[in-house]
Amino acid sequence: MLKNTETSYGYISIIIHWVMALTIFGMFGLGLYMVELSYYDAWYKGSLDLHKSIGMVLVALLITRVCWTVFNIKPKSAAINASKFETKSAHYAHIALYLLMTVLMLSGYLISTADGRDIIVFGFISIPAASIAMENQEDIAGSIHNILAWSLVLLASVHGLAAIKHHFINKNDTLKRMLKVSQVSS
Amino acid sequence: MKSKIISAAVLATSLILGSTSVSTQAAEYKVDVEGAHAFVQFKIKHLGYSWLLGEFNTFDGNFAYDAKAPNQAKINIEIDTKSLDSNHAERDKHLKGNDFLNVKKFPKANFVSKDIKFSDDTNAIVTGDFTLKGVTKTISFPISKIGEGQDPWGGYRVGFTGTTSLKLTDYGIDYNLGPASTHVEMALHIEGVKL
Repeated sequence: MLKNTETSYGYISIIIHWVMALTIFGMFGLGLYMVELSYYDAWYKGSLDLHKSIGMVLVALLITRVCWTVFNIKPKSAAINASKFETKSAHYAHIALYLLMTVLMLSGYLISTADGRDIIVFGFISIPAASIAMENQEDIAGSIHNILAWSLVLLASVHGLAAIKHHFINKNDTLKRMLKVSQVSS
Repeated sequence: MKSKIISAAVLATSLILGSTSVSTQAAEYKVDVEGAHAFVQFKIKHLGYSWLLGEFNTFDGNFAYDAKAPNQAKINIEIDTKSLDSNHAERDKHLKGNDFLNVKKFPKANFVSKDIKFSDDTNAIVTGDFTLKGVTKTISFPISKIGEGQDPWGGYRVGFTGTTSLKLTDYGIDYNLGPASTHVEMALHIEGVKL
């Protein structure tokens, strides 16, 4: 039930998937909103602290997720009635999603730690800054963070639309088995 | 042979002309950015409760000065706006962005003097064109000489300090930092090495 099987995802995979999906879309909105706040808005400081704290939690989730994926069985594709092109591109899209998440989170970390400051997670855990720093790191990392945030949200939307397409048009269990642990015979 | 004589004559003439022009012109100095004996600092009130300090780490410039004819002095300074440093990366990023200096579009700020008037041996008023965020304004501000003389390594140095207050909206910076923070105090502390 918790672990993946040959044919289905376990609850740990499912829960991490959805928690990260919702959090990342929430963080995208929070990010767009907080950069528009002006100096005298009450949430000018708090929104950034929250964004950084959640970001560090996402890093922990991503590491957990990658480890769980590596040490667990990967269920066989449920994408029956799908073309070879679809399964191939889905495979590469999944890899791209992981890469985007990794570099996006890394770039966020590099903005806030560019001056050697630690990141304080919800006021009680301190993530130390890396001792290496480059010229104008906060600007470079900031541009990358912005571009990758849009890329990730766009690709994740395509990923979501593809799942809906598999459900309604190809009529396979791709979406269903990411919603609950099922015994799909593929 | 002939060309050698001519070039020797040219050299001699230019040396004479050169030496006469040196006697009427102030000596040239290069701002010692290499040894970092020069600082472009700014400070602005934070909420009206305290001072926030920062500086531009990268800039360059040179000036002409002669204690015997101080009013012939000239200075120009070019500041790399991307080098802004207020000891907080997130704030630096904001200050370098569109809300403030927009350093991508305006990577340089500079000051070129038009007139320097000394009222005594050390104090003067400098007037010149200051360009920031693409806006050029003529500003005047007081400077003072700190000292001059031989350095221990065979060079000759002179140093000045000057401060001025800039209104942010004059330079197209209209981000609301509150009523106490409408002006930024700029301070220039420079030491020049005689060329």
